[in-house]
Amino acid sequence: MAFKFKNVDFIGFDAILSEDERLVRDTARRFIDDNLIPIIEECNREGRFPRELVKPMGEMGFFGANLHGYGCAGMSNVEYGLVTQEMERGDSGIRSFVSVQSALVMYPIYTFGSDEQKDEWLPAMAKGEKLGCFGLTEPDFGSNPGGMRTRARRDGTDYILNGEKMWITSGSIADVAVIWAKMEDENDLVRGFLVPTKTPGFRAYDVHGKWSLRASVTSGLSLQDVRLPASALLPGSGGLKSPLMCLNQARYGIGWGALGAAMSCYDTALQYSLMRKQFRDQPIASHQLVQEKLAWMITEITKGQLLSLQVGRLKDSGKVSHEHISMAKRNNVAIALECARMARDVLGANGISDDYPVMRHMMNLESVKTYEGTQDIHTLIIGQAITGIAAF
Amino acid sequence: MKIIVAIKQVPVRDSNLRIDASGHWIDEDDLSYEINEPDAYALEEALQLKEKHGGEVVALLAGPERGSQTIREALAKGADRAIHIECDDLASLDTLGIANRLAAAIKDEKADLILTGLQSDDLGLGQTGVVLAELLGIPHATIIMQVEAASGSIKVKRELEDGWFQHVEMPLPALLTIQSGISKLRYATLMGIKKAKTKEVRRVSAGDLPQAAAATVTIERVYLPEKKKETQLIDGSPKEAAAKLVEKLKFEVRVI
Ligand SMILES: Cc1cc2nc3c(=O)[nH]c(=O)nc-3n(C[C@H](O)[C@H](O)[C@H](O)COP(=O)(O)OP(=O)(O)OC[C@H]3O[C@@H](n4cnc5c(N)ncnc54)[C@H](O)[C@@H]3O)c2cc1C
Repeated sequence: MAFKFKNVDFIGFDAILSEDERLVRDTARRFIDDNLIPIIEECNREGRFPRELVKPMGEMGFFGANLHGYGCAGMSNVEYGLVTQEMERGDSGIRSFVSVQSALVMYPIYTFGSDEQKDEWLPAMAKGEKLGCFGLTEPDFGSNPGGMRTRARRDGTDYILNGEKMWITSGSIADVAVIWAKMEDENDLVRGFLVPTKTPGFRAYDVHGKWSLRASVTSGLSLQDVRLPASALLPGSGGLKSPLMCLNQARYGIGWGALGAAMSCYDTALQYSLMRKQFRDQPIASHQLVQEKLAWMITEITKGQLLSLQVGRLKDSGKVSHEHISMAKRNNVAIALECARMARDVLGANGISDDYPVMRHMMNLESVKTYEGTQDIHTLIIGQAITGIAAF
Repeated sequence: MKIIVAIKQVPVRDSNLRIDASGHWIDEDDLSYEINEPDAYALEEALQLKEKHGGEVVALLAGPERGSQTIREALAKGADRAIHIECDDLASLDTLGIANRLAAAIKDEKADLILTGLQSDDLGLGQTGVVLAELLGIPHATIIMQVEAASGSIKVKRELEDGWFQHVEMPLPALLTIQSGISKLRYATLMGIKKAKTKEVRRVSAGDLPQAAAATVTIERVYLPEKKKETQLIDGSPKEAAAKLVEKLKFEVRVI
């Protein structure tokens, strides 16, 4: 049976967090241990999103936690990161849901929205009474969203939207979709719209057969002559830069989140290796090859913590650049996936069973590696930042 | 209703404890701390009473600087303000010494109700609340599982042994020591944590409180349970051996 998580802290990392930061992490940890851990394996098996946690998570202040006002908690970016770490220690699917709600829907409304849009959506979304999704990716445009085909045409004072979106987290459970489209009468400039999902012509259908993020809803969206009033346009949005700003928020949280999944795998492997005995009645932790795996994991997790913390401190002081966030996302997801694979080895046959969280994390992290900019795309972002040459 | 809740900070439950060099206490370096479990339920009870009847909840903690983390959590959960008696010498005080400090720090507060945990997870004496009530000259009741407030009095449910309970009606002001596990503890929400930053914490230096008399109860030695293994062969006829064995089990090992 799965083990109760023990804090992972090799170099006194917790001591460089503030009192509030630790308190935020601990309260999120307790919430996840009490409410998500007991049900997550069943959710994963059944491909069920645990809707029952939405309201309690809203009461905790998990949605839009680093936004200020509108009922949001007003956390610092480091505090917000520690919350996403704990969520993803539970499950990447739940963290994805919260990232989308917070960074991809509430953030653009907060940043690009009109006062009316903010008042209408943010307080309800902070409480979890309304859910959102973010439609950027299309069937033919993933890494290169600039090629998107979704279009907005002006008709009097209204807009008419047409297009297809694909791989959209929370698509079929959302009340509102942030849809990115090219403006036909603004030279194909990319802008965002708030589309209530009950608008005629809007349809969401779920993607089935996923072997990853099974506790999160993934949908395709179809927009056929969706007529929207002018007030649906996010007035502050303009250019591909706008959705990329949202992705930066989410990617920052993923950098922390991946560490949570890695910690869960490492801690499981450590506890298992001390308990499981093979050869001469010795725990497998006494074998050098097992220790090598554990040492690699804790070292990479520790380096990842320092990386995410520094990026968070930069973000809090307004000095962060997108390539810093790319480095945290790229590195931490990669090491988390490697930790999951190593932990799965340490657990032997038990490693493939959902009595333990390891294989679930491993499969989840395959999505996390792809979305919000693939591993390779973040390599190219860092490459461009240091050489000045775009290699996309 | 004005409620004071005494909360203690103790090492987290699954800590790896080491004895310190003096042999009188544990090594406090590298330990993480949390609120004493029964105190968490006392705080929860106080917050629920406040939700029902209005008033104020004041958290009271005696301990070193690191205690501020536990205070912050109590404020984040909904306590209105806190009193922190700053002192590094808790391990050298006895129950009377600690209760004296708590009493001196709150004597002007005129609280209607004082709640403490039933006992602390580290020392487990279960006396601090009782002695505190005596010093304040108010009635107390221990091992409380339920509190119902009316005007000027309360009805409480006490846990006795063997599944028996006792219902007591008592006047206010009063002190109750609260049993663990009697309700569902709330979480500190992120909004609560943010708000806690703005709440008042009155810091009282232990030096400014009346000096307690020297401790009459002192800790002689702190040690880990010692494992002893000893094999004795009892000879004689089966009848004699059995009689000797019964003797030993009765008077030496004292298990029958
Ligand atoms: C579970 C899940 C949830 C998702 N949720 C959302 C969501 O809520 N909203 C949303 O808009 N999208 C979402 N996505 C989509 C995700 O962002 C895209 O899958 C991602 O951007 C990659 O696009 P793609 O799948 O089309 O892959 P492609 O872009 O086709 O990439 C395929 C491969 O080619 C590589 N590649 C592409 N271009 C280059 C290049 N120039 N140089 C080198 N290598 C290159 C990539 O690195 C990758 O390895 C989600 C995806 C998943 C799996």
